Amino acid sequence: MNFDIGYMIEILPQLLVYIPITLYLAIVSMIIAVVIGGVLSLILVNRTPVAVQLSKLYISFFRGTPVLVQLLMIYFGLPQLFPWLNSISAVNAAIIAFSFNTSAYLAEIFRAALTSVDKGQTEAAISTGLTYHQAVWGIVLPQAVRNAVPATGNMFIGLIKNSSLAFTIGVTELLAQGKLLATATLQFFEAYLAVGIIYWGMTILYSWMQKWYEAKINKPYEA
Amino acid sequence: MIKVSGLKKAFKNTEVLKDINFEVKDGETVVIIGPSGSGKSTLLRCLNYLEKPDAGLIDIGDVSANTERVKKPTINKLRMQTSMVFQHYNLFKNKTVLGNITYPLTASKKFKKEEAVEIGEKLLGQVGILDKSKQYPVALSGGQQQRVGIARALAADPHAILFDEPTSSLDPEWVGEVLKVISDISKKEKTMIIVTHEMDFAKEIADRVIFMADGHIVEEGTPEEIFDNPENERTRKFLRKYTNHSGSIEEETIEPELVTV
Ligand SMILES: Nc1ncnc2c1ncn2[C@@H]1O[C@H](COP(=O)(O)OP(=O)(O)OP(=O)(O)O)[C@@H](O)[C@H]1O
Ligand SMILES: [Mg+2]
Repeated sequence: MNFDIGYMIEILPQLLVYIPITLYLAIVSMIIAVVIGGVLSLILVNRTPVAVQLSKLYISFFRGTPVLVQLLMIYFGLPQLFPWLNSISAVNAAIIAFSFNTSAYLAEIFRAALTSVDKGQTEAAISTGLTYHQAVWGIVLPQAVRNAVPATGNMFIGLIKNSSLAFTIGVTELLAQGKLLATATLQFFEAYLAVGIIYWGMTILYSWMQKWYEAKINKPYEA
Repeated sequence: MIKVSGLKKAFKNTEVLKDINFEVKDGETVVIIGPSGSGKSTLLRCLNYLEKPDAGLIDIGDVSANTERVKKPTINKLRMQTSMVFQHYNLFKNKTVLGNITYPLTASKKFKKEEAVEIGEKLLGQVGILDKSKQYPVALSGGQQQRVGIARALAADPHAILFDEPTSSLDPEWVGEVLKVISDISKKEKTMIIVTHEMDFAKEIADRVIFMADGHIVEEGTPEEIFDNPENERTRKFLRKYTNHSGSIEEETIEPELVTV
C-alpha cells in the first residue's frame, strides 16, 4: 500500500485557506434561502390565491431536478436568455442556484413547522387582544422556529457539502483546490481524503453548535 | 351588559346557531348548559369573534356590532370587551407563567413593563400561583395551568369573561381548585358566561341558567327554575341524564324519533 500521510498533512494548510470561500457560499446561500423559504411558507400556509400555485411550481421544480443541472442552467443558461446577466460571476451564480434549491426544501420545512403550532395558541393570543400579526410574531413564530431548527440545520449541512459542486463552474473553493493538488502530484487519495476530512470537521463542528442551540431553545418546553 | 339578538352561524351548510337572543346584566353570572354539539362553544367564540357570525347584533359594554356589516376596528374593540378561558388552557408555551399575562398587556394594551408585571403578580397571587411565576406552562399541573389561564383572562380587565368548559379536561383532583377560583371571581361582581357540564357547580354559582339544544336557547331561568322545575321536555330529558345515577355524567344519546320503514 502506498499512502503518504506526511503529504496529506503537508497540504492541509493549503486547503484550510479555502474554508472561508466554502463557508461564504454556504452561509450566504442559506440566508437567502431562509428569506425565500420563509416567504414561500407563508404563502403556502395562507393559501394566497395564484401565489400558492406559483410557489408550488417553484418548489416542485427545484426539488425535482438535480442541483448540478440547476447550477449549470443558471451559470451558462441565464446569460443566453438575458444578455445583461453576462457578467454574472461564477460565485454569484453558485449562490443563486444553491439558495433557490435550498429555499424549495425550506419552504416545506417552515410550512410544517408553522402548521404544527396548535391553533389554540393563535386563538388565545387574539382573544387576549393581540392583533393577528402580534400573535404570529410573538407566539406562533418562536414556537415554529423551535420546530424547524433540526430539519433546517440538516439543510445547512447539505449546503456545506453541496457547495463543492461550485467547482464545476470554475469557482476555486475547497474541492477545486484539492483537485488541483491531486492532479499536480498524482497523490489523489491523500488530497481527496484531506478535502473530505475538512468537510467532515466543518459539519461536526456545526452539529455541535446546533445541539447546543437546540438544548437552549428547548428548555422552556421540558417539564 | 351583553345583548345578543338574532345571532346566526352556519358551518358550510349546517346551521349551528339559529337565531340566538339573550342578555347578561352587568355583574351577572350566566351558565350555559346543553348537550354536546348544541352550539355552546360556537356561541362563546362568536362573542369573542374567534368565529365570524353570519347575522345578528352583538352589544357588549359600550361596543355595538351589527355582525353583517361590522368593520375591522369595531371587531377589534368588540373583541377587547371579552376574554376567553379555554377548555385546553391554551397557555402560550413559549412564555413563562408571568409572561403569559404580561405579554398581551405590553404588546397590545400599551402598558409599561413594570405596570404589567404588577398586574400579573397581583392576579397570580389571587389565583394562588405566584410561586410559579418564573416557570413555563409545561411544568404546571392542569389545574395550575387553568388558574393561570383565568388570571390571563382577567388581566386586561375585560367587560366580561367567557369560560368554555374550564374544567372538563382536568383530572378530577384539580377540578375543585379551579371551580373555587371561578366562584371567587363571580363574587367580585364580574360579568361572566360559563359553559359547563358541572351541574352542581352551575346550580351554586349561576344567577341565571340557559339551556341550549340544537342551536336554540330552549329555556332560561334561575337555577331553581331550570334544575328543579324545568318547563321544557328537552330540558327535563337532558337533566335526567345527569341525575339518574347519583349525579354521574352519562353520554348524551340521541333517541330515534321516528323510524320509517
Ligand atoms: N370550525 C367548525 N367547522 C365545522 N363545523 C363546526 C366547527 N365548529 C363547530 N362545528 C360544529 O358545530 C356544532 C356545534 O359545535 P360546538 O362546539 O359549538 O358544540 P358544543 O355545544 O360546544 O359541544 P360540546 O359540549 O361537545 O363542547 C357541532 O356539530 C360541530 O361539529
Ligand atoms: Mg364546546
